Amino acid sequence: MQLFPCPFCGPREESEFHYGGEAGNLRPDGRDVTAERWAGYLHMRDNPKGPTREIWVHLTCGEFFAMSRDSVNHKVSGSSVLGEAEHGA
Amino acid sequence: MSASRLTTGGSDIDRARPLSFTFDGRRVEGFAGDTIASALLASGQAVVGRSFKYHRPRGVWGSGVEDPNALVDVESAVGRVPNARATTVQAVEGIKVRSVNASPTAETDRNAVLDRFARFLPAAFYYKTFMWPDWHLFEPRIRAMAGLGIVDSDWKPRQVSDQVNHHCDVLVVGAGPAGLAAAASAAAAGHSVVLVDDRTHPGGSLRHRAGEVDGLDGKAWVETVVARLKSGGQLVLSDTTAFGLYDHNLVALNQRHSDGRPDTLWRVRPRRIVLATGAIERPVPFANNDLPGILSADAALSYLRRHGVLVGREIVVATNNDSAYEPASALAAAGASVTVVDCRREGGAQAGTGVRVLAGRMVAVARGRNAVQGVLLDDGTTLAADCVLVSGGWTPTVHLFSQAKGKLAWNDQLAAFIPGEAIEGIGVAGAVAGAVSLSEALASGVAAVDAFGSSSPAPRGSGAEATLGVVSLWPKPKAKGRVWIDYQSDVTAKDVELAARENFVSVEHLKRYTTLGMATDQGKTSNLNGLALLADITGRGIPEVGTTTYRPPFTPVPFASLVGSRRGSMHNPVRRLPLEANHRAAGGVFQEYGGWLRPAYYGGGEAHASIQEEARRARQSVALFDGSTLGKIEVIGPRAAEFVDFIYYNTMSTLKPGHCRYGFMLSENGVVFDDGVLVRLDEHRFIVSCSSSHVAAVHARLEEWRQDRFGRDAVYIHNATAQYATLTVSGPNARQVVEALDLGATLDDASLPHMGVAVGRFAGNEVRIARVSFTGDRSYEISIRADRAEVLWARMQQEGRAFDAVLLGLESLMILRAEKGYIVIGKDTDGTTMPHDLGVAGPRTKRASEFVGRRSLFTEAGNSTDRNQLVGLAVREGEAPLATGAYGVEKREGRPKSIGFVTSSYQSPTLGRPVALALIERGAARHGETIDIQHLGVVRQATIVAPCAFDPEGRRLHA
Amino acid sequence: MTRHYSALSLFKEGLAGQTGWDKAWRSPEPKPRYDAIIIGGGGHGLATAYYLAKNHGVTNVALLEKGWIGGGNTGRNTTVVRSNYFYPESAAIYGLAHSLYKTLSTDLNYNVMFSARGILTLAHSEAAMETAARSVNAIQVNGIDCELFSIEDVRRVVPIYNFSPDTRFPVYGGTWQPSGGTARHDAVAWGYARAASRLGVDIIQNCEITDFIIEDGRCRGVVTSRGAIRAERTGMAVAGHSSVLAAKAGFRLPVNSYALQACVSEPVKPIIDTVVISPDTGVYVSQSDKGELVIGGALDRIPSYGQRGNLPVLESVIAGMLDMFPVFGQLKMMRQWAGIVDVVPDSSPIIGESPLPGLFLNCGWGTGGFKAIPAGGTLLAHLLATGRHHDISRPFDLDRFARGRLVDEAAGSGIAH
Repeated sequence: MQLFPCPFCGPREESEFHYGGEAGNLRPDGRDVTAERWAGYLHMRDNPKGPTREIWVHLTCGEFFAMSRDSVNHKVSGSSVLGEAEHGA
Repeated sequence: MSASRLTTGGSDIDRARPLSFTFDGRRVEGFAGDTIASALLASGQAVVGRSFKYHRPRGVWGSGVEDPNALVDVESAVGRVPNARATTVQAVEGIKVRSVNASPTAETDRNAVLDRFARFLPAAFYYKTFMWPDWHLFEPRIRAMAGLGIVDSDWKPRQVSDQVNHHCDVLVVGAGPAGLAAAASAAAAGHSVVLVDDRTHPGGSLRHRAGEVDGLDGKAWVETVVARLKSGGQLVLSDTTAFGLYDHNLVALNQRHSDGRPDTLWRVRPRRIVLATGAIERPVPFANNDLPGILSADAALSYLRRHGVLVGREIVVATNNDSAYEPASALAAAGASVTVVDCRREGGAQAGTGVRVLAGRMVAVARGRNAVQGVLLDDGTTLAADCVLVSGGWTPTVHLFSQAKGKLAWNDQLAAFIPGEAIEGIGVAGAVAGAVSLSEALASGVAAVDAFGSSSPAPRGSGAEATLGVVSLWPKPKAKGRVWIDYQSDVTAKDVELAARENFVSVEHLKRYTTLGMATDQGKTSNLNGLALLADITGRGIPEVGTTTYRPPFTPVPFASLVGSRRGSMHNPVRRLPLEANHRAAGGVFQEYGGWLRPAYYGGGEAHASIQEEARRARQSVALFDGSTLGKIEVIGPRAAEFVDFIYYNTMSTLKPGHCRYGFMLSENGVVFDDGVLVRLDEHRFIVSCSSSHVAAVHARLEEWRQDRFGRDAVYIHNATAQYATLTVSGPNARQVVEALDLGATLDDASLPHMGVAVGRFAGNEVRIARVSFTGDRSYEISIRADRAEVLWARMQQEGRAFDAVLLGLESLMILRAEKGYIVIGKDTDGTTMPHDLGVAGPRTKRASEFVGRRSLFTEAGNSTDRNQLVGLAVREGEAPLATGAYGVEKREGRPKSIGFVTSSYQSPTLGRPVALALIERGAARHGETIDIQHLGVVRQATIVAPCAFDPEGRRLHA
Repeated sequence: MTRHYSALSLFKEGLAGQTGWDKAWRSPEPKPRYDAIIIGGGGHGLATAYYLAKNHGVTNVALLEKGWIGGGNTGRNTTVVRSNYFYPESAAIYGLAHSLYKTLSTDLNYNVMFSARGILTLAHSEAAMETAARSVNAIQVNGIDCELFSIEDVRRVVPIYNFSPDTRFPVYGGTWQPSGGTARHDAVAWGYARAASRLGVDIIQNCEITDFIIEDGRCRGVVTSRGAIRAERTGMAVAGHSSVLAAKAGFRLPVNSYALQACVSEPVKPIIDTVVISPDTGVYVSQSDKGELVIGGALDRIPSYGQRGNLPVLESVIAGMLDMFPVFGQLKMMRQWAGIVDVVPDSSPIIGESPLPGLFLNCGWGTGGFKAIPAGGTLLAHLLATGRHHDISRPFDLDRFARGRLVDEAAGSGIAH
């Protein structure tokens, strides 16, 4: 049972959270986006082994936030409210 | 073997409380405080079980969780426990104990003959044969031979297991000297402490080995410390095994109870963990070292001092270290004749009176059939013996440390792996950390706590051996006879050699190929001997060979503990309607739909007939339906209109306040995710109605897009689904019934047209009235505070009586909507259905603004002309309905090819014929075509028609 | 040296003390150049090596394994083999695997213990029965054996199921694939390794890829912990770590790595003869030939490369199992573990040339990789030998994501993988 730090609620059990995707995967708008670019946004992932920065949602408060953790040893190094880098618009 | 109970002694037993139970049908006497194993030993029972593969006779070897042999099925007042470890289960009056894997008894097992064919059945023999004609032919017999305990197929769950979540500053695992010192030190420093030990009595080696701490006898010191911890409010859990050390240092404990209660699972979240898990004595390799009557030396001492059991009269002790001398001396003092065979040239120093020491010798062979009768030494000497005690050194119990991904380091002095580089938050102390003497153990316990930043003086210990003086005594290749490594899995040194010969030289390959360490004891006594032999054979050092991965649990954990109360209705609870009691009173028959318990139909009649009757009557006059599960998510704010435009496939911002519009929500991959009606209450306020089973998911998506693109000041989202009940009046006479409710709203069609929304009041509460129809008839959805719904529902039924109103269950509603060609997402669509497949193509090409999933509608697949599209299907007059899930098939290139499937199919009582919806390849352009429909091998014909079979002009919506 | 496995050779060796067996596979030093390189010594990689040699006569092949063969998901799965799939594309690939499994033991001269004990997928509601009927029809149209089971059929096959009416997950029936079953996972890896090695393939363990050799925009080999190894064609079959190698090769994959947990009970005498899957509880359970219940469940919902068990998901999987089989409440969990699987948006494999020419992919099997091993091997071998798709692998090319041509079984059927 991992503990994740919600920037709004503090540390909570992993079962209260839902993975939202890799941070920085910005959405390209419009019909003219190339098929490759769109598939890149929709499907392609870095999926890093080791340190990673991700978007998570704390289901109990409903807030999305960014979290840095390690995908191998599961250590969490921090979390923060969404900033410019995580927003598409 | 002639083990017996002494007339005195035994700190764990209460001679005033005798008890008896049966073993393989034979009566066994014991005392309260006995384990099943100690009572069996005391009664002289040498053979207590049979090995997994060769059905070799096996006796008690250890005194705790390490024992590989003494597995039994225990039948008691609380039911059966298969594969119980006799060394850890308390003897209880009246229980029935049966040896596993033996028939009829362990003593007289008829499969014992298998051992004679052992040479043809080496490790992994099954991979080399049984291939022709088919493994499945041989398998049933082999399966029947395998397995240990027997499941009671009439077993019923009794009480649920408790589960406890607990936080503390320091969790100490193991209440031996090091663990006690650590716990005492942590408590003294003001920490909250949990101390756990898997035995019934804390103390570890201090309970059966000599030693003094702070001037007190070991046992007395243990009791003092435990009493002080308890009186200080600290938690001391005995009979409790820390079986798993998981992510973020969560430690899972399984606590056993002596009063028949099922075990308790503890999830402990300590700030710091001290592992004082001790060490396990290793067997000594010699031929036939698995015979009953061959025991761990430490176990023999434990049985003597804890249970007053003398394990033999004529005892040989085979050892490579000093720790075997105390058992030897104690057993001699208790009246046994004892010879120590010490492989070290100098022998040990502390032999007591009456103990003969043969230094520089080794046991080569043990003799006997069902029990050991003597030994042959490497110099040819034979010694008679009814019991052989072994101590091949000590293997630190590093399991939890390894589970936490701790790296192990080889320690030459101990000839064992100990924890290497420290892990944050985890300390190690005592024998697991390589401490040998009592004083070292005590000091290491305190030091482990000191490392967390508190400091106190260590208790002073004396008495136990200061050194182990262990020399390596590993199994050797090419040894004569059968030297057993893993007793329970029946792995011999020859099997390890065979594996190496066949290139299974990775330690993980060795384990999997030979099954070494994969039995219920998970190799606690066998791992190190096995990999030392592999190292020898392959010319590598033991550290280079390394260990296998230690996986949880440390000892087997009852599934029931892991589940706790999460059973039956508590496992994934269903959601319930506010009006459930009213529906039940009206004869509602409930089923689960998308997590909600809802009335499927009403009345006690036969289901099909009741459903048909509801659907028929609904079209005639008026029907009442509880649609409370419908999602009601409010979207409010200055950018709310822009937001709903982005969320929906259809343009929603053009909707006028007081009106609603049907639309689709897509996933980013362009697939229809949900459908429903959006209500616009005013300029900046909308209500998203979504499918009952999708509410949470839709809400999550709305939040995600809001936070990603719109910001917290521009849009606010509130899921009000549970706050409101939604009660629907539908049918040609719906308006009359609603008017009779006296809601204070103008209901004429000019004021409240189809897809119009009005606000009224009922019994002092605001209600929302929406002209939305899922039946195709004029309908009014009335939403009211959930806690006031009961009165409204009663009034509806009362006013409906004059119109012969019928209650609609969900099943009849499904018929009504299917007659109209209205879809249910997830039923009439699948994970590939796009909006233009459902006949709503406009927004795809016409919309100018961005919306979720838009780009995906224009991929190659989205543009393709061979998509499955929503259609209706008609069958010939007089035929029965098609089966839902039937497939449309076409022969292409001589092979049947699927062209789609039936998504919904019902007999329509109003039309007097079946109606069906389907997703069919290019279906929209194929109306009028007849296709083959296959169900469970039977092919029928159906004609593609428009989805709407009833009132296609929609007159009844306004009638 | 005894090379052929049979009852007779086992008997002869029994008389000779089992000393005449030779290595199951050779462990040669790597050569600097091969005709083809296969990265990954799991089932898929080993099968690829075998079929390259057997079907295409390409034997100058190096199979490079970071650790020990069969140590990844091949050794961590719940050994289920079935082919009851919804879409013709999936049916073709899993059907191929299934048919090869049926004769794999004699083909490899290694008993992989393929046991057609039948696979029962339960339906817990009327709606699920409709879906089940749809599955059966779709699967039958694909030419694969599958039956719709009534509750009486379920009772006949798993009498110990909880048929009480007040259970949380009542049974309405299910789908039954009689030819589905299990195979011994380690034996599949070792059997392929032995057969491939005998045909000349070099199996090189403890050999980690540190980089790709890229020249003129093509993959020309790999740099490893044991030196550079060159080949004009390289295949990778490294489930769970596909993204890591893809990053080294300079491209991304539509893959997320997740842990899939499994556990076994202590061994007991036979109590359940088939494989039972419940999509609603996310549980699948069977009993191994050793007598252990083998229990698998849903993925952990946290992206991870950490190959270890955790409690929360396991607790809910076991809760589901005890609702289905209350009698298992008397048993204990003996061992738990986790494998890392490639999770792809459509839960279908990715097979084909990668964006780096000369490097071919076999990944993305999600939780369904074990059952597909013979097919994954056949298809990647075909690609490596010919440079072109086999008809069966074409729909699974990486380009399907940009084309929107996903093969989404879960979306179609709700059948858990």
